[in-house]
Amino acid sequence: MEAIRVTKFIDPLPIYTMWLRQIKRFLRVKSRVASSILMPFLFLAFLGLPLSFIPGLKIGGMNYLDFLAPGIVGMTLLFSSTMSGVSVIWDKEFGFLKEVLVAPVNRFSIILGRSLGGMTIALVQALIIVAIAMAMGVKISGISGFFLSIVFMILTCATFTGLGLIIATKLSNTEGFMSIMNLVIMPIFFLSGAFFPLQAMPAGIRYIMYINPLMYGVDGLRGALVGGAAFPLWLDFAVLLVLSITLAGLGAYFFSKMEAD
Amino acid sequence: MSNVIEIENLTKEFDGLVAVDHVTLNVKAGEVFGFLGPNGAGKTTITKMLCTILNPTSGSVKVCGYDVTRGRDSIRECIGIVFQDSCIDKFLTGRENLDFHGRIYHMGRKTRGERIAEVLNLMELKGKEDIKVSDLSGGMQRRFEVARGFMNHPEVLFLDEPTLGLDIQTRRNLWNHIRTLNEQEGITIILTTHYIEEADYLCHRVAIIDQGKIAVVDTPGKLKEVVGINLISLELASEGSDDLVGLLRGLDWIKEIEWRNSSLELNVEGGEERVLQLVELANEHGFVITAIDLRQPSLEDAFLHYTGREIREDEGSVKGLWKTRMAGRRK
Ligand SMILES: Nc1ncnc2c1ncn2[C@@H]1O[C@H](COP(=O)(O)OP(=O)(O)OP(=O)(O)O)[C@@H](O)[C@H]1O
Ligand SMILES: [Mg+2]
Repeated sequence: MEAIRVTKFIDPLPIYTMWLRQIKRFLRVKSRVASSILMPFLFLAFLGLPLSFIPGLKIGGMNYLDFLAPGIVGMTLLFSSTMSGVSVIWDKEFGFLKEVLVAPVNRFSIILGRSLGGMTIALVQALIIVAIAMAMGVKISGISGFFLSIVFMILTCATFTGLGLIIATKLSNTEGFMSIMNLVIMPIFFLSGAFFPLQAMPAGIRYIMYINPLMYGVDGLRGALVGGAAFPLWLDFAVLLVLSITLAGLGAYFFSKMEAD
Repeated sequence: MSNVIEIENLTKEFDGLVAVDHVTLNVKAGEVFGFLGPNGAGKTTITKMLCTILNPTSGSVKVCGYDVTRGRDSIRECIGIVFQDSCIDKFLTGRENLDFHGRIYHMGRKTRGERIAEVLNLMELKGKEDIKVSDLSGGMQRRFEVARGFMNHPEVLFLDEPTLGLDIQTRRNLWNHIRTLNEQEGITIILTTHYIEEADYLCHRVAIIDQGKIAVVDTPGKLKEVVGINLISLELASEGSDDLVGLLRGLDWIKEIEWRNSSLELNVEGGEERVLQLVELANEHGFVITAIDLRQPSLEDAFLHYTGREIREDEGSVKGLWKTRMAGRRK
C-alpha cells in the first residue's frame, strides 16, 4: 500500500487519462466519427450550396453559403459539446466513470479531463466542417480570422459542455434525455442566427436571440471567418468568456457535488 | 484478527423505502464475507455505502479504519470494487482497460506494466489482453473486471454479484479465481450473491439478508447445523396421510413436521436408519410411500429457516433444486 496522498484539485495524470480515453473511445467507433460530420455536411451541401446558386440572393450582405457556414460550425460545436456533457449520465451509470468515481481522485480533475476530451473532439469536428465549407467555395477572410475563430470555437465548446453537465447532474435518470435534446438544443440551434441574420429580425425575436449563448458563438465565428457580424467581436468574446466560465464552472461544481444519495 | 470493516446500525432510506435497516456487523481481515439475499434485499445498497459512493441515512461504517463520511479518500485508497452491472469498456481491449485503471490510481508506466502482467497471470487471462472486450466471452469479461478490481492492491475487494448471469462452469471457474485472490494476495473479499452454492463454496462467513435486515451472520457450516440434523421428505399416496402425521408426531426423534407442497418435510435426528424405520412404520399401518429422500441441510434450508421463505421463489422449490443437484451428482 502506497502512502496516503492528498487528492489534488488539479491532478495531471487522471486529467490526461480521462482526456485520452474520450478520444480513444470516439475514434474506436468508426460509425460515430462519420455520423458526427454527416449532419453539418448535409446542411451545407443541401441548404447552403443550393441557395447560393440563386442569382441575386444575398443574406446579411453575402452569398448564403458563406453566411450559413459559420452557423453550421456553431451547430457542430453545440451538438457535440452538449452531448459530451450530458452523456456523463450514461458514463456514471454504465461506463468508465462509475469505476473512476470510487478511485481516490479529485472529482474536478476527472470532469476536467473528460470535458477537455469532449471539447477536443468537438473542435476537430468543427475544423473538418470549416475545411468542407472551404472546399465548397466559402472564402474565409484570412489566417488571423481563422485563429480568432478557433478562440470562439473553444469558448462555445466550454459553454455547452458546461450546459450539458448541468443538465446531466440535474437529470436523475436517462429517460428525460430525448426531450432535453428537443426542448433545449433545437431552440438554441434555430434561434442562434445560423440560418438568418439577427439584424433583420423583429424586436421580439431579437430579444430572445440575445439570451441565446450560441448566438454569440455563431456571430463571433461569422465575424472571424467571413465577416458580417451583428456585434463587435470583442462583445461576442466578452459575453462568451463570461458564459463559458460560469457554465463550465457550475457544471464541474455540480458534478463534483454529485455524491449519490 | 482485526476488523477491516465495522458496520453499526447502518440504515439507508430511499423516499420512505427502507432499503437497508439497522445493519450491524464486522468483517475480519483476510475473510471472504458474503451477503446472501434475494433480489431487492439491499445487497448493492450496502456495498455502495461501504464503497463511499452512497451516503448512509444513519449509522456508522468504518472501512480500513476510516469513517465512510469523513475518510472517503482514504477509504478509496484501500478498496477495489467489481460492480453488479458490468462497467468495463467494451470498445477497448482488456489491457487498455487495465492500463487506464492503473493511470487513474497514479501508477507509473513501469509499475502498471508489471502489475498488469501479474493480474493477467492470476486471473489466467494471458493472451486475451489485446482482444477487444466485446469479442470476449461473458466469463472472461467478468474476469477482466475482477482483475481490474484488485489491480491497485486493495485491502478489501467488493464483488457485487460477481457471477450473475454466467453459466455454472464459468461460475465455478471464477470462484476458484476469487479464492486464489483471497489466499495468494491476502485480500479481504466482500461478496454479495443470491446463489446459495456460491456463498457456501466461497465464504468463510455469510450474512443472510432479507428486506434490508440481517437475519443472521455465521459460517455456512454453523448455519446449516442450526437447521436440524437431517431432513427427510416423504411423498404419500393421498388417502389417510393425516393419520400418518398423527403417528409421526408420537416419535421423539422427529423434531419438526411440515407440509410443503404435496410432500411432508421431516426434521429428524439420525441418518439413514430413520428412512428404513419410516418405511417399516408405513408398511405396518398400511400407508403407501411413493417417494422418500434423505438429505443434509443446505444453506438454502438455512435461508428458509431464518427468513421464512425460499431465496428464489420464482425459480422452483427447494426440492426441485435439490433434485437437479442430485441428478448432477449421479452422473
Ligand atoms: N437509488 C434508489 N432509489 C430508490 N430506491 C432504490 C435505489 N436503489 C435501490 N433502491 C431500492 O432499495 C432496495 C434494495 O435494492 P438493492 O439494489 O440494494 O438490492 P439488491 O439486494 O442488490 O438486489 P439485486 O439482487 O436485485 O441486485 C430495492 O427495493 C430497490 O428498489
Ligand atoms: Mg444488487
